Amino acid sequence: MKKTIITVVGKDCVGIIAKVCTYLANNRVNILDISQTIVQEYFNMMMIVDANEALKSFDVLVTELEQIGDEIGVKIRCQHEDIFNKMHRI
Amino acid sequence: MINIFEVNETNKMIEQEKLDVRTITLGISLLDCCDSDLDVMNRKIYDKITTMAKDLVSTGNDIEKLYGIPIVNKRISVTPIALVGGQACKCPEDFVTIAKTLDEAAKASHVNFIGGYSALVSKGMTRADENLIRSIPTALACTERVCSSVNVGSTKTGIDMDAVKLMGEIVKATAEATKEKDSLGCAKLVVFCNAPDDNPFMAGAFHGVTEGDAVINVGVSGPGVVKTALEAVRGKSFEELCETVKKTAFKVTRVGQLVAKEASSRLNIPFGIVDLSLAPTPAVGDSVAEILEEMGLESVGAPGTTAALALLNDQVKKGGVMASSYVGGLSGAFIPVSEDQGMIDAVNRGALTLEKLEAMTCVCSVGLDMIAIPGDTPATTIAGIIADEAAIGMINQKTTAVRLIPVIGKGVGETVEFGGLLGYAPIQTVNPFGCEDFVNRGGRIPAPIHSFKN
Repeated sequence: MKKTIITVVGKDCVGIIAKVCTYLANNRVNILDISQTIVQEYFNMMMIVDANEALKSFDVLVTELEQIGDEIGVKIRCQHEDIFNKMHRI
Repeated sequence: MINIFEVNETNKMIEQEKLDVRTITLGISLLDCCDSDLDVMNRKIYDKITTMAKDLVSTGNDIEKLYGIPIVNKRISVTPIALVGGQACKCPEDFVTIAKTLDEAAKASHVNFIGGYSALVSKGMTRADENLIRSIPTALACTERVCSSVNVGSTKTGIDMDAVKLMGEIVKATAEATKEKDSLGCAKLVVFCNAPDDNPFMAGAFHGVTEGDAVINVGVSGPGVVKTALEAVRGKSFEELCETVKKTAFKVTRVGQLVAKEASSRLNIPFGIVDLSLAPTPAVGDSVAEILEEMGLESVGAPGTTAALALLNDQVKKGGVMASSYVGGLSGAFIPVSEDQGMIDAVNRGALTLEKLEAMTCVCSVGLDMIAIPGDTPATTIAGIIADEAAIGMINQKTTAVRLIPVIGKGVGETVEFGGLLGYAPIQTVNPFGCEDFVNRGGRIPAPIHSFKN
């Protein structure tokens, strides 16, 4: 199963996780793992998700998550896991 | 399992350190487009390119979205046109029609450059080669996206000095033909020694005759990533310096390999090579010069520059080779002047001369690249510079190249602006002493002794 990595970085505020998770649930994207830290008031979250059954195509998910990020003032990226696997694993 | 720190490191490289895939270049063989009728041949060329490349740009954009990594350029390289057009083209004007066809095909395929308006004349010129070379000034002046290259020498054959002399004149004529645009035509013309068949980078890309029908070659980048990595080892020994460059180059190249394989499978075209070059852009923080300065040079051009560059080039290869299944092309650090803000600054502060740049080309790819010189530089002097650079390549068994821009109407102290990735450049001093009698001798320089290995 190919996984997708979603990262959210930006100034912390109420409802970031809720907003992202609601969007993912509505689009049938399953969350497998979440890790999150706050460094100097900056919110930093990584989600590992399964988007294979998603209702929308990958590029639409990327664009819409970006838009949600813009609305709440954080940067949301959605990337195929392979770019990280290739770079950090031999 | 991937952790948040690794993910953040990768995304920091992309967002802050300008990590990108510089180009996906689709090589297309045009050998099956040869025809004795010029119009028929042009139509075949247009049809083949637009058919093969119809999904290139959209696929590149999809991969960009999938991995979240910018793929800056999607380009096409074709078989050297002197070989393709030899049958149909009887004069330079005939070749210009092919240049126009290539330009139209590039526009229809939405690629920003198409390379391969080329001739390989390392030992001698056929009539077709000479006609193509003589058509270059007009071809580059009347097209927008066509790039041209001429290979004038190799370690195996020596240097064709007749071609070198002719190229001195052609560079000058190209500058003249595009003088309203600050001689921009010369930025799309490269003179090579030991040109590789699978180079994905413009302006010197062409699809060599040793290649298959079509191939995907990818060029990576990442000077900013190397520079940032080196900030963490300031003052440390060369061992740590080298290890850091190597590890960083590995990571950067792995991204190139990933993108190349994905593009190859989506387009159903074989994967050729990843080119391990560190390619700078005029953007701040995307500079090879800054890497050298981070190593401890007050300015690029200072004593120690050649050693620093040699080290950088070697470590990039050592790290990159393991990251990719096939490595090729130019694979080395590029040191263009106009495309690298650090180089531009070094020239402006008087630290970097043409002669030092020549020394630097002995230890890196590719050569004297994107250097603006006074418009009144004699053609024979340009030929002399080409001969010097070709000799470095021939003797050291490496690729060297010359991309000089004699800016018509401008002199030392003035600046020329090309725009976009081509950047801007201060016009540099050229040694005023002539080499006319040397260049005008005619004939060729024999192959060097170490070419006789059989």
